Order: sequence, then C-alpha cells, then structure tokens
Amino acid sequence: MSAAWQDTALAIGGRTFRSRLIVGTGKYRDHATMVGAHAASGAEVVTVAVRRVDLDRTKEEGLLYHLDPKRYFLLANTAGCYTADDAVRYARLAREAGFNEFIKLEVIGDQQTLLPEVEELLKATRTLVADGFQVLAYTNEDLVTALKLQDAGAAAVMPLASPIGSGLGLLNPFAIRTIKSRLTVPVIVDAGVGTASDACVTMEQGVDGILMNTAIAEARDPVAMAHAMRLAVEAGRAAYVAGRMPRREVAVPSSPAKGMLG
Amino acid sequence: MPLIRLRPRARCCYLSSMPPEVIRLIVNGESREVPSGASLLQLLERFDLDPRLVVVELNRQIVRRPALAGTRVRDGDQVELVHFVGGG
Repeated sequence: MSAAWQDTALAIGGRTFRSRLIVGTGKYRDHATMVGAHAASGAEVVTVAVRRVDLDRTKEEGLLYHLDPKRYFLLANTAGCYTADDAVRYARLAREAGFNEFIKLEVIGDQQTLLPEVEELLKATRTLVADGFQVLAYTNEDLVTALKLQDAGAAAVMPLASPIGSGLGLLNPFAIRTIKSRLTVPVIVDAGVGTASDACVTMEQGVDGILMNTAIAEARDPVAMAHAMRLAVEAGRAAYVAGRMPRREVAVPSSPAKGMLG
Repeated sequence: MPLIRLRPRARCCYLSSMPPEVIRLIVNGESREVPSGASLLQLLERFDLDPRLVVVELNRQIVRRPALAGTRVRDGDQVELVHFVGGG
C-alpha cells in the first residue's frame, strides 16, 4: 500500500485488524491451495466450521495443521444450524476448540436460499452476548433486523450481498448503504460476492469489510483470485474514503473550453 | 467383520456385583464399545485424536481439556467429538 493512502484499522469487538477482507476455509481442492490463497488475500481473519470428527478416518490431518493460529485469527461459524439452541451449542463448542470468544452466528431458515431465520438469530444473539461472546451476525439486507441485532449486542452485523455461495454479487446496494448509515457497529458484507468487481463495488458502499469463501475457493485459480480480491477490497475502500464525483446526465468537457483557435 | 457379534460375557447378570468388561457408548451418533472404566482421554487415544484439537461433549455438556483424564464414561453415555473443518 502506498504512502499516499493509509486506511484506519477495522475494529470489531475490541480487536483491530488491518485487512478488511475475511476469508473462509471451505471448498478448497486441497490444503496447499487454501494456504496459498490465504497468504495472497492478505486476510488476518479466517472462518472455520465445527463438525464431528470422522472416527473411521485414515489418520487424515485436521484443518488446524494447516492454519497457523498465530498468523490467523480464527472465526468459527455456526453454519448448518436452524435453531437458536443448535447455534448456541455449536458456538460453545467452537469457543472451546478455538482461541477466542468471537463467533460468526448463522441461523438458517430456508434450505434452498440459506436465508436467515431472523427470530432465532436474534434469540441466539442475546443468549451468546450474555454468555460473553462477540457475535458477528450473518443476516439479510433488512435494516430493521440489522438494528435489532445491534440492539441485542452484536459486535458486528453481516448482511448478505446475495445468497451464500451464489456469486450473484451485490444485489441491493441501496439496502447495504442504508444499513451502514444507520448502524454504529461494523457492517461486514457476508456472502454473495462472485468476483473482484463485486468486492470493489461492495466496499464502495462504505461498509467496513467483506467476508467471502466460495468466490475464492471455486475460482479456476484460487490464489490469483485471492490476490484480486485483496486489491478489489483495498481499491473499493480507498474509493469510498476518497469520495466519488457526482453522477451527471450530461457530458462536461475535461479540457478548457476557453482558448480554442478562432 | 464377524458374522455373529457375541455379547461380552461380563454383561450377563449371574455375578451382578462384577462390573461389565466393556460398556457401550454412542460416539458421534455411532454405537461403540470401550473398556469399562475408560476415561474420556483414553477414548480420544483410542480414536487416535489429539486432545488439543478436539472438543468433547458428554451428554450435551462440554468437558474441558483438563478434566478429560479424570472423567470416566458410563454405559449409555452420549459422546460428541468435534473439531474445526473448512467453512465459510
């Protein structure tokens, strides 16, 4: 990053991060590709899921053999949970397995769209906040829900750009801008980014960061895409802070109208 | 794979004061036999699991690492062994 531009840190739940890009660990074809993509992304926070150990495995290495907890801040999720009770159970297991009290809270309400179950999400947020968790709540792009999550004590609110794993990009920039303008806690857009331009446009809305997994892991070259995403997030952020020119419906010449030859 | 699974003799009741040699647990949803008196730490060793990388839930209560060696499993216990996997 050049000296001409120095961003502020991203502060969530009492911790600060330099990178505004959070990346996942799912769907990679192998561990080496994942490790390369993480390094290329510049991310400091990586997400992980909690699942049963396969008891019949043939001494396969676990994820933590490939993730240096000194280098990366592990953000566990509650992916796959459909009730507040399940999400709270997974969060507590994650806290025990992990190294921190942060949880990416997902409570899903519909299998086909993976859209959130808002009532259960709020219930789980309240329970986990009371239990000392820093809750980063995955939600839809609805302002009222976002405000309720903030009131419930969420450390960050994470509206989707489009459905998880869809790669459809930012479908409702207006809603994301509205949420960002009304909340005081960080807004991290989680899910739906498909390629670098999506990430850039998302950051240009003024949000504090982006969380993505599939866009990198399912790219033909995940390491190159991770690099592209890093640049896109930085470019979008810088453009937002710089403040774009106004949109006009007419052309305005860039060269002087005065001094033309007679 | 044995065609006939014999029940362990010690489960018979003619010596009711004698503890059974093996007990049955539900581990990650599957029925498993372990020696009677086994601790949770021994259960992890049996599955070749590193206790630093696995979290143990016994009958829906998390058992923290320092307590694994001193916690014995009992017949019918439900055990969940979980760890971190890739996710978004």
